[in-house]
Amino acid sequence: MSEPIIQMKNIEKHFGSVIALAGVSVDIFPGECHCLLGDNGAGKSTFIKTMSGVHKPTKGEIVFDGKPMNFARPRNAMAAGIATVHQHLAMIPLMSVSRNFFMGNEPIRKIGPIRLFDHEHANTVTMEAMKKMGINLRGPDQAVGTLSGGERQTVAISRAVHFGAKVLILDEPTSALGVRQTSNVLATIDKVRKEGVAVVFITHNVRHALAVGDRFTVLNRGTTLGTAKKGEITAEELQDMMAGGQELAVLEGSLGGTV
Amino acid sequence: MADVSHTDERIKQTSRLRQALIRPELGGIVGTVAVFVFFFLFAHDSGMFNAQGVMNWSVVSAQFMIIAVGACLLMIAGEFDLSVGSMIGFAGMMIAIFGVTYELPMWIAILITFAICIAFGALNGYIVVKTGLPSFIVTLATLFILRGFTIFIPQTLERKTIIGGIREAAEGDWLAAVFGAKIGKPIFQWLGDAGVISTFERGSRIGEPVVDGIPMLIIWALGLVIFGHWLLTRTRFGNWIFASGGDADAARNSGVPVTAVKIKMFMFTAFCATVFAVCQVMEFGSAGADRGLLKEFEAIIAVVIGGALLTGGYGSVIGAALGALIFGVVQQGLFFAGVESSLFRVFLGVILLAAVILNTYIRRIITGER
Repeated sequence: MSEPIIQMKNIEKHFGSVIALAGVSVDIFPGECHCLLGDNGAGKSTFIKTMSGVHKPTKGEIVFDGKPMNFARPRNAMAAGIATVHQHLAMIPLMSVSRNFFMGNEPIRKIGPIRLFDHEHANTVTMEAMKKMGINLRGPDQAVGTLSGGERQTVAISRAVHFGAKVLILDEPTSALGVRQTSNVLATIDKVRKEGVAVVFITHNVRHALAVGDRFTVLNRGTTLGTAKKGEITAEELQDMMAGGQELAVLEGSLGGTV
Repeated sequence: MADVSHTDERIKQTSRLRQALIRPELGGIVGTVAVFVFFFLFAHDSGMFNAQGVMNWSVVSAQFMIIAVGACLLMIAGEFDLSVGSMIGFAGMMIAIFGVTYELPMWIAILITFAICIAFGALNGYIVVKTGLPSFIVTLATLFILRGFTIFIPQTLERKTIIGGIREAAEGDWLAAVFGAKIGKPIFQWLGDAGVISTFERGSRIGEPVVDGIPMLIIWALGLVIFGHWLLTRTRFGNWIFASGGDADAARNSGVPVTAVKIKMFMFTAFCATVFAVCQVMEFGSAGADRGLLKEFEAIIAVVIGGALLTGGYGSVIGAALGALIFGVVQQGLFFAGVESSLFRVFLGVILLAAVILNTYIRRIITGER
């Protein structure tokens, strides 16, 4: 396998007296989908926020593209190619798909000193990108509000990829979606991975993780319980690790193995 | 049916009507047509549509337009400014204080006034974005602060609340002319001579046309509408305005400088209010402490009639301009039609309510909410 695009070495993060992360190490490779699993409060969010430059680690080192990285702001991380797609904070429903797609990265057409929003370019690119992802738009001026939750995630993902994301962090992209929408998002993840982008897929749904993941890291109470490759681990094992081997045992039978 | 693979059977074909319906200007266009048809039927012989009448409601509409453009862009960016009316009174008074009381050249007085008012706009914006308080409350405070100063300052300096003599002080001033002059006088004289528009038949202005030029106020209104529409729809900054009002957090996540956008829009609103004030004092020749009362609400009503959502993220400058036109035509039209003028307020309330209900419905169509 090639060099990891991003290495998190022994990351610790303390908030006052609370230890959110107590030494987590993860390597992420280009072209893989790395699933980060964990129950609520396991430290998943803190971990990805550290990766995307929102938090500074208390201890530990982050190596991005072979160089130690120290992002002052999320914007710097974005510029370097680390993009985060949040579940709810991605799209503006009242705005058109193409306006959303280019939000913050508007293409400029210059007429003398005057800089205009190049709508024509934006519309063409948006339609192409959407077609590639399998979303049929009525037109580039269709409002994002008319898209389903899964389609919105897909637009957000293809936007991040279009603007050169090397590492794509997906924060629970499937947790609020229906079955068909989920499968659309998972298919999108697969397409993106094949383009050589490293995908970090945060979820607490074992089945979603197993469907697309290449490697799996389970977080529990701020520590990692190791990283497993696809085929080396079963759904039941992952689930047990997430829950820390507790409570679930009682319900296992009635839940049919996976939650 | 060769194209069948590219269409999605779940996307219903939408009718042209429905597509037209989600344009924010729709309410404004329908309203404008309705209002003109109405007054043409009931007041066509009242002089409302001769040169003088047209100029009368055009000027009133242009006044509304100037402040509506600022209020519109600010509302789309997700904020309100309730201090517009007080700002108008305050700006007019500042011009009088600097230009008449302190006898500075009028162009300096105007420039200082613009600087002070835009600074107040920036302060409004800064407090709103830094504290996260609703702009409604912050600018309500500014409303009272500015109105208080507008009364206090002339009373302290001049022992009165109306300061006159501005027209005399502005005589021959180049910048004052930009706000107070009339253009196209030769054309109107020619139209008058040709009998297209009537001329004065007696008095000192005998032979002059009853409408002798287009006031700069109207030019400013049209200029601001064109600029606002262009900024909103054709530039990158326009996209940021929509994004800031649509969802500030999502916009920030995508790298839109939401804070700067909002502060700039507050400053632009203050600029528009000051343009209004300068045109007004140049026309009246005096500044009064009670000028601009309730203008903030009139601006907001025009914007809402024009299809903007009170919650931000959606709207149109053209719509707001049409809202202002409806406003001006109805206000003056009721006078021409000989209707009791207090009914104007009833009309205003009714049309505001209708516009808000229509806008909410349109929003549901766009966002697919049920």
